Amino acid sequence: MALKILNIVETAYRATLEEQDDTILWISAAMKGAGADIDVLLRGNAVNYGVKGQDASGLRFGDKTQTHPPRLDDDVRRLIDKGVKVYVVADDVAERGLERTDLVEGLERVSRAGIAPLCADYDQIWHW
Amino acid sequence: MAKYLLIESRDPFDSNDVASFYELASGLVQEGEQVTVFLVQNGVLPARRSTKSKPLSDLAQNGVEVLADDFSLRERGIEAARLVDGVKASALDTVIDHLANGSKVIWH
Amino acid sequence: MSDNKTITFALMDAPYENARSTTALRLIDIAARRGYTVNVFAYEGAVGLPFTKQAPHPNAVHGHDADEEDHPLPYQWIESIAKTAEANGGKLDWINCGLCVDERGVHEALEFTRRGTPGDLWKWAESSDNTLVIPTK
Repeated sequence: MALKILNIVETAYRATLEEQDDTILWISAAMKGAGADIDVLLRGNAVNYGVKGQDASGLRFGDKTQTHPPRLDDDVRRLIDKGVKVYVVADDVAERGLERTDLVEGLERVSRAGIAPLCADYDQIWHW
Repeated sequence: MAKYLLIESRDPFDSNDVASFYELASGLVQEGEQVTVFLVQNGVLPARRSTKSKPLSDLAQNGVEVLADDFSLRERGIEAARLVDGVKASALDTVIDHLANGSKVIWH
Repeated sequence: MSDNKTITFALMDAPYENARSTTALRLIDIAARRGYTVNVFAYEGAVGLPFTKQAPHPNAVHGHDADEEDHPLPYQWIESIAKTAEANGGKLDWINCGLCVDERGVHEALEFTRRGTPGDLWKWAESSDNTLVIPTK
C-alpha cells in the first residue's frame, strides 16, 4: 500500500519573502506532483496562510524591485485544487481572531483535540 | 495500537507551541496509542524541577514514557537528582531504535 | 553487524546556527555505526552542511590559534560519518536540494553528495523503513 504522509506546517512567514514561497507548501506541491500521497495540516501561526487577501507586494531594495512576491493564499488554493487535503486547526484560527469567512474555500477544519485521531490515518507525520 | 515517538526540542520558557505538542502526546495515549516523548536540546530544560515541569510529570502519570537526552541534560548541567518525577535520562540511540522499529516519529 | 535498516532524514538547518544540525548529525552517526543505509535529503540551509569551503579559524577570545581551536567543520563530520557507515556495512547517501544550492551558491560539496529534487525525498521515503524530518524553526 502506498505511503500516506501528513505534512504539518506550524511556523509561518519564515523566509517567505526571499523564497517567494512558503518552503513547506512548496515542497508539498512538488512532492504531490512527483506522485506523493500527501496532505497538509496548518497549525499555530501557519493557519494564517489560509487568510484571503495577503499582499506582500512592493518590496524594493535600492533599484531592485521584487517582481513575484509570495501569494500564500493562492498557494493554499493550488494545493487544494491538486487534490491535497489542507486541514486547518480550528482552535488556532479562533485564537487568532479569524472568522471562517476570512479563510479561503476548501480548507478542512479540525479541532486541536482532533489532531491525535487524525494521525491514525497517516503512515508518517512530518512536522516542518 | 501504533507506537509514537514525539521528539520535543523546544522549551516552554521560549515557545508557546510546546504545550500543544505535549497535548498531542496526551491525545494519542487517550486514543490507545503507545507514546514516548523524547526531550532533546533546550527541550530538556523543563525536566529540571521548575515552574514549567508539571506538564511533564502529568504526561508520565497519564501513561506517556518521558525521556530526556542524556547529552542535552549534561550539556545544561542538569543532574539526575534534579529531574522532575516521571522523566528519565536516555541515550539518543532511543530515537534510532524507534525509527528502525517503525514508530511514527515526529520532531518538534 | 547491520540488520539492513534504511532510514531517511530530511534536514533544513544551516551549519553554525542552532543545535538542530548537530543533533541531526548525532542521529545520523548512530545509524551509521549500526551499519544502516542512511539517506539525507538536505533542504534549504542544510545544503550548507557538506559545503567543502568551510574553513577553520583561530579564537582570540580563548587564546587559540587555528590549530589549537580545531574548529568543527560539519563537512568533515559528514565525511567521517560516511566512512563509518561503510566500515560497518552500511552507506550514507546525501542529496542536496538543487534549487537550494543554487540560491546559496554552495556548489562545492562533498564528492559523494549530489543534487536532487523533492521527488527524490519522496522516492526515498517510499523505499525506507522510516523517515524523520528535522525542520528549522
